[in-house]
Amino acid sequence: MSSTEPTFADRLLGRVKLGGLLSLAAPILAVVFAGLITSIVLLITGDPPLETLGVMVDYGVQPRSMVLALNLASGYYLSALAVAIGFRMNLFNIGVDGQYRLAALIAAAVGGAITLPGPLHVAAIILVAVLVGAGWASIAALLKVRRGVSEVISTIMLNAIATALGSWLLNKDRLAVEVAGSNNIGTKPLGPSGQVPGIPLIPGTPLKVDGLIILAAVMGVLYYVVLNRTRFGFDLRATGRSEPAAVASGVNVKRMVLIAMVLSGAVAGLAGMPNLLGESYSYSLNFPPGLGFIGIAIALLGRNNPVGIAFGALLWAFLDTSSNILQLHEISPEIVQIMQGTIVLSVIIAYELVHRYQISAGQRRVSKELTGGTQVQAEGASA
Amino acid sequence: MAIRTEGAVISTSTPAVELEGITKRFPGVVANRDISLSVQQGHVHAVVGENGAGKSTLMKILYGMQRPDEGEIRVTGKPVTFKSPADAIAMGIGMVHQHFMLADNLTVLENVILGSEPRAGGIAIDFGAARRKIRQISDSYGLGIDPDTTVEDLGVGARQRVEILKVLYRGARILILDEPTAVLVPQEVDELFENLRGLVREGLTIIFISHKLDEVLSVANAITVIRRGTTVAEVNPGDVTARQLAELMVGSELPSPETRESTVTETVALSVRNLTVRSADGRPLVEGVGFDIHRGEVLGIAGVEGNGQAELVEAVMGMRSSEGEIRLGEEDISAWPTLRRREAGIGYIPEDRHRHGLLLEAPLWENRILGHQTQRPNVKGPWIDRAGARKDTRRIVEEYDVRTPGIDVDAAALSGGNQQKLIVGREMSGNPVFLIASHPTRGVDVGAQAAIWDHLRAARAAGLAVLLISADLDELIGLSDTLKVILRGRLVADVDPLTVTPEQLGSAMTGAGEAA
Repeated sequence: MSSTEPTFADRLLGRVKLGGLLSLAAPILAVVFAGLITSIVLLITGDPPLETLGVMVDYGVQPRSMVLALNLASGYYLSALAVAIGFRMNLFNIGVDGQYRLAALIAAAVGGAITLPGPLHVAAIILVAVLVGAGWASIAALLKVRRGVSEVISTIMLNAIATALGSWLLNKDRLAVEVAGSNNIGTKPLGPSGQVPGIPLIPGTPLKVDGLIILAAVMGVLYYVVLNRTRFGFDLRATGRSEPAAVASGVNVKRMVLIAMVLSGAVAGLAGMPNLLGESYSYSLNFPPGLGFIGIAIALLGRNNPVGIAFGALLWAFLDTSSNILQLHEISPEIVQIMQGTIVLSVIIAYELVHRYQISAGQRRVSKELTGGTQVQAEGASA
Repeated sequence: MAIRTEGAVISTSTPAVELEGITKRFPGVVANRDISLSVQQGHVHAVVGENGAGKSTLMKILYGMQRPDEGEIRVTGKPVTFKSPADAIAMGIGMVHQHFMLADNLTVLENVILGSEPRAGGIAIDFGAARRKIRQISDSYGLGIDPDTTVEDLGVGARQRVEILKVLYRGARILILDEPTAVLVPQEVDELFENLRGLVREGLTIIFISHKLDEVLSVANAITVIRRGTTVAEVNPGDVTARQLAELMVGSELPSPETRESTVTETVALSVRNLTVRSADGRPLVEGVGFDIHRGEVLGIAGVEGNGQAELVEAVMGMRSSEGEIRLGEEDISAWPTLRRREAGIGYIPEDRHRHGLLLEAPLWENRILGHQTQRPNVKGPWIDRAGARKDTRRIVEEYDVRTPGIDVDAAALSGGNQQKLIVGREMSGNPVFLIASHPTRGVDVGAQAAIWDHLRAARAAGLAVLLISADLDELIGLSDTLKVILRGRLVADVDPLTVTPEQLGSAMTGAGEAA
């Protein structure tokens, strides 16, 4: 059986489940450990660790910061879901970054150019974003299915192409206009009908939470239902767990690769929407970059579980927001990035440790249950 | 194959290996309990037992991969404690694993020295010295290995000899061979046994783990039987028959694969005409194959492995593109995808259950769905019907006697025999009209084997058409109504299972002569 035991990659991508409390123990252990490492780094740089963390928490739980964190988290969550769809069937969509940026740019341009009645306008913008994200991802999908090109390589390259294409499009000769009162350029701002009103979720601050946080939550539920409760999801998970077994069971693996990659791209297209429709209303040079890569980290952190990803996204966004206060205390805000990095690494290590513990515990349990009932007779017929 | 108990056996009074009162309560489904084993130097000592009886655990203990809770290990009379395989190797114990651990793209030389490279001047690898040593080992034990061939160019038998050489290179005097014949064809088995006899002639000691009893009887000097984690008998191969040995292993009377009363009907369930399967470079792997299987008929295909059986099966399943015509009943299914063929009532017990038959990291009830994910009771429209699938999994566990603590256990936690029973139960569900059984009892213990045979017989009596591929000639002869021989991708002979002997069948398989 040694040849078919789960590999480290399987465990890394959460294809091996951990049960019960243990699945919680791992991330908590990891966060605590990351806190320790960060404290050591802070000590080395000559800053008091406890006070620094205290300052961050104090700032992070202020109503204003919480709204900012929730807004960030919506985009992170969608991006991580996009990555997780691929992970569940062994596809590494590194291209979420390019997909969401291109999708947001074109959706913003289309949304700025047209005027439709309220909900229809928003729906049109979202639809464009989904189509662009899916379309961009489909290039990598087709290359993989038809030519056997590794999606890791093609999506990384497509990210670079998306960046170049984006800056070519975001030009005053093409899609961009000058942003009033600055030397920034961006797409023509969306009209009021294309803007999604915020939700005054958190009292004590005039800031509102992006309305599209609801979209993120809905997508999370959809992700769970489709993957775990439908035939399609079963085929997808089966392909991820064992491609030969999926083939033998009648799954058309090439078609699954195509569909999963396109779906991943479609969800990636949504990642920029909470910001575009709820805050910036225009794709400018300031549009938040890097969501795609953060999504990879969060999908790993949440082990492709929709609830886990939600916690991961919130934690990540909380750290990002609270890092803003550090500069005031003359502490380098990059300390937060060190913390985020160590969290991801220690989560991976913690899961590995917990997994090993669980395997031995599980074996003990199975053998106890099987031998407990039937008392083995002593047959000392040693001839 | 004469039984060789005498001959040039170097016998000393001190056993090469002695295990006494070995008990291991963890891990694994069956722990070892009070095991005693004494292996004479210069013997091939066979350890036999059903899958899951505790053979592997015992060998892992002897090889230092696990430590016993109680008991003593003595090597040439000295008590030893192994903390890791390195300790065992230092004491001259080596293990040849069932699954080869060789890097295909490296040469034999590179594979052998990997991990224990001889150094020249502290840094550089001394390939010359290694090559000389490998040649010398290969010559003195008659292994016939050229250190400079690439492993990917070697056949399965030669790869196994490389594994043995690897162990000898590290100075082993006591070799543990874990199911060494599982991957070999009959000729290679004979070659291996010749090699083993050569090794013991040179004074080496071999512990041979197997559940193929004929082989054990032909090669071993002594046999220890393990059942349910403990040693139940120590026998002399001259004194027992394979049947008696098997009964010691399972602890009860044995069934046989015989099915004589014919249930063959006139209705053709599957008909294959002129089927050709080509490799990626256009070479025919299966060529012009044609046959009919009627309802209630088992068609056996005999052949040395690698003569196109796997490709034939994959073509019939639609997993591999092919030319020719395949009809299921009246319908031409040649162009159908795998899923549609399954929906039309083709069941499939794959050759490699871990690769093709199961999702090892998924619970049993999800494995019930696999391959039947468009059929009731597993789904309702596009939705997975959890309750239905779970209920039906419980039925399979019950009817097919799958020994498991529950249906939420991952498939990986079950023993091979129980995994196979689950697959058989699954593939028999939903009233299939045609079943492909590819090595249905490979790597399965005797008890599960009998149960699987029973199920195949019952289904055949109920009108199922079965295509049976097997390397077990007794199984083929015993279960088949019609028997064909495949050689280099072509069906070369029809044999009558009522009159053919395994020897005749064996020679037909190698193309040596006409059978029956």
